[in-house]
Amino acid sequence: MPEQRVVDADYLLLEAPRERKFITGAQAMAEAVKRANVDVAIAYPITPQSEVMHLVGDIWAQGYIKDYYRAEEEYGAMSAIAGAVRGGARAFSATSGPGLLRGLEAIASWPGHRIPAVLGVLTRVVNAPLSIQPDNVEISYLLNCGMVVLHAENQQDVFDFTLASFIISEMVDVYIPIAVCTEGFFVTHAKGYVNMTPEDMKLPPRDPYKAPVPPTDCEIPPARIQRDAPVQKSNFMSYLIHAVWQQEIWASNIRAMKYIYKYLGGPIEVINPDAEVFVVASGCAAAQGREAVRYAQLEGLNVGLVKVKSIRPFPEKEIRQVLSKAKAIIVPEHNIVGWLAKEVKAAIPNSDSVIGGPRVYGGMTLPVELIMEKIYQALGIKKEKKVVV
Amino acid sequence: MPMEVLPGPAGYIPTPAAFEGVELPPPGKALLYGKIVDEETAMREAAKAMLTRRNPTIFPGPLVLWGWNAGAMEKAKAVLELSMEIPNCRIIPMPDYRPKYPKIDPEAEINPNHPNLTILHNKIEACIFVGVHCHYANLSLRMIRAGTNCFTIALCAEMGHEDAMVSLRDQHADEIRRFRDVLVKVREELGIKWEPKLPPENPSLPKEEYQTLSVLDYGEYSYLLIPRRGEHVTESE
Repeated sequence: MPEQRVVDADYLLLEAPRERKFITGAQAMAEAVKRANVDVAIAYPITPQSEVMHLVGDIWAQGYIKDYYRAEEEYGAMSAIAGAVRGGARAFSATSGPGLLRGLEAIASWPGHRIPAVLGVLTRVVNAPLSIQPDNVEISYLLNCGMVVLHAENQQDVFDFTLASFIISEMVDVYIPIAVCTEGFFVTHAKGYVNMTPEDMKLPPRDPYKAPVPPTDCEIPPARIQRDAPVQKSNFMSYLIHAVWQQEIWASNIRAMKYIYKYLGGPIEVINPDAEVFVVASGCAAAQGREAVRYAQLEGLNVGLVKVKSIRPFPEKEIRQVLSKAKAIIVPEHNIVGWLAKEVKAAIPNSDSVIGGPRVYGGMTLPVELIMEKIYQALGIKKEKKVVV
Repeated sequence: MPMEVLPGPAGYIPTPAAFEGVELPPPGKALLYGKIVDEETAMREAAKAMLTRRNPTIFPGPLVLWGWNAGAMEKAKAVLELSMEIPNCRIIPMPDYRPKYPKIDPEAEINPNHPNLTILHNKIEACIFVGVHCHYANLSLRMIRAGTNCFTIALCAEMGHEDAMVSLRDQHADEIRRFRDVLVKVREELGIKWEPKLPPENPSLPKEEYQTLSVLDYGEYSYLLIPRRGEHVTESE
């Protein structure tokens, strides 16, 4: 293990030299954890997350992480993360599909407890029927927890988002957890080029005294909330406390946006801002959308891309601005419910122009041709479908 | 266009200023009614409020009430020096964040779970929050804006608070003393005559008799002071 020296977070994230490696998404996430000065990692294995936490276990064995263990199941893992973070540690965990849902009750309590943990979400089908295939329907369950939700397109995003998340989540005006989501297998088990910060540099350690709530103390909420909760008293004041507390979590979520601009270059990426038709996508679908825009350019069609990096806070203002003159908005997704299309529709005044799809799920890949069909449809171009007999 | 953060009552369940586009100030700047301004401008407006509105009160939180490090002790001294310069200023502490049931004594302390009770009971129309953890300060400031007409000022050691009428960031002992100097200058400009003196004793707090203090006076915290059975403490800090 190389000796790691602590460097300033801004230097590491924005200025440090980078080395190009050809690695999987799971490796990229573990490499980010290696550079994040993590104190404790806890998880329960579930495919396709297992690859990430296996590699994190390796870097614990090499001495990069102080403590690492396998919990009894996901609820225990996520509860233990809360305990570790309230005790002052910097913590990391990862999960997938049904595992996320099993741990969700604990995860959903993290923002209210002001727990700045980082959670890798390597998406997969939610059972039943039993499947381990990629599908990102589980992200829809995270959207209203209060946590920051980032959606990575590729291995590079996985590295950058994960490393930056530790710093963003620990900003005193944010101090809520961040989920770094990406599609299982398509990203976690596939290789891509990643420009990584030097292995011998790491983030400064977490300073728990910067927390907007006191460090662990059994006499104050949220620990105290269990036995003498203000919300358990039936009077107007008690309700107001809970209401204001909820507001505070979402205000913290909004405050994360300025750091998303600083460390991730903003919540969206736009290609061809003057286009008449836009593909709006996140995660792996953004990669396919990018390819569709390239196809369209080759065919002389005026098509643009909005890649959404941050799902929470959702970049409503930015999306509204970019799409203000769009004739059609195509939202390809890797899930059946179309959570991103709903978000986009809710954010813009001209929601009739949103075409919810194409959608693939259950492990199906998203061929660029499906997006092209929607583009032709939006532009009124008729293409013959040939059947090879 | 961000909202203007003005004294309340804002109503039943007011929208947080952060939802309405108010952003925390960068280092060296401050918030005044939700707008980013120079520190001096914000300090002058805060001073004016504390000097002219009814029953000015300082609410010190655990980060200055408990002498947990040298910085906290120095900051507490600076808060006291500030209070001495504000005519008829009172200090009502926020010692912790526990819900106080069955009922808080609004003269003895302020609690983030029902800050408006203390404000309304004492008819406080200008107050300063200092040494309160940011999460709890935000809860309190918003509830005060909801139900009272109090002008709130946050002297924050971190990044500030959108829901205060005046929010100064990175405030430690030196910065609080600078605020005191600005306040004295504004007081003179307003022609208010005042000799610096300590705030009145809080009548609801029990007298501290150090000569007769026993472990039992620490109530539920006494277990922290009493050695365990068989434990022999030979050294202390």
